[in-house]
Amino acid sequence: MRMDLIQPFIGSLDAVLAEMMKTAPRIVDLTMEEEGYRRKGLAASVSFKGEIQGRVILDMDPQAATQVASYLAGEEVDSAQPMVREAVCELANMVIGNAVTQLNDRGFQFKVFPPEVLTEEQCAAAGQDSEATILCFETPSGNVYLDISMQYHRRRSRERSTVAV
Amino acid sequence: MKQFEALTRKKDNQAARYLIVDDSVFARKSLAKMVESFGGQVAGEAGDGCTAITEYARTNPDIVLMDITMPQMEGIEAVERIVQEHPDARIVMVSSVGYQENILAALQKGARHFVQKPVKPDALYEIIRYVLNDDGVASPVHAGGERDR
Repeated sequence: MRMDLIQPFIGSLDAVLAEMMKTAPRIVDLTMEEEGYRRKGLAASVSFKGEIQGRVILDMDPQAATQVASYLAGEEVDSAQPMVREAVCELANMVIGNAVTQLNDRGFQFKVFPPEVLTEEQCAAAGQDSEATILCFETPSGNVYLDISMQYHRRRSRERSTVAV
Repeated sequence: MKQFEALTRKKDNQAARYLIVDDSVFARKSLAKMVESFGGQVAGEAGDGCTAITEYARTNPDIVLMDITMPQMEGIEAVERIVQEHPDARIVMVSSVGYQENILAALQKGARHFVQKPVKPDALYEIIRYVLNDDGVASPVHAGGERDR
């Protein structure tokens, strides 16, 4: 997978978490997976379709998710509350929306769909169709994972025009 | 949360009333807190574009804060429908997806402004102040910056 397509997601997660957790996350691991993704904590997925299509899973350790939920709610949130899952969805929406905006500004056009909370089974199924890049970010409240799976839906016209005949 | 100088309607000096449209409960809650810190009042909430249209007609708000990516009906289509029925509607798009085509489409359909998530209260305050003053319907109680309570 091209790193220039992944970089906006890294930058976006970095910026959004830094705002919410008041500390910059650190990338501690990067792996490639071709089989199903095994969820580590609370996960949400956002799909996009267009010249590039795919999906990104945001997966957070419960403590990190609770911290983000408290930031978004503007008050302390109990880790057992269902709103913590909702917070992961909203964070996924922000991170992926911001990244997609950057990719769109570079000429890639696609439509983004609303985020969905993922169960363990849905996570495994979501990762079975294509190769994914999994990034692990370390924060003081626990790890945050980004599972990025993208593929070209069709070749961009600009690239087509540069192909030698 | 930091408190701001209250934004009120010029016509009667009452608190500006807001309709908050977002499929995320969290986003609505967060925006509601910001609106209250601006001295505003939440007149209604909606989780999709269809509900936004009916809630607009029911509540007749001074400002709508509208997400773009939502189930059933997206924000841009909801803007078009609301503005067709209510040409004076003041709608601010609030979305994490902020690329040019989206912003342009929303503005062409009648939205007044755009703010990208995550929303910073200071930025939203300035945008709302601008939009409320845009057609002279409302303005801050006092000129000047924010205040801490």
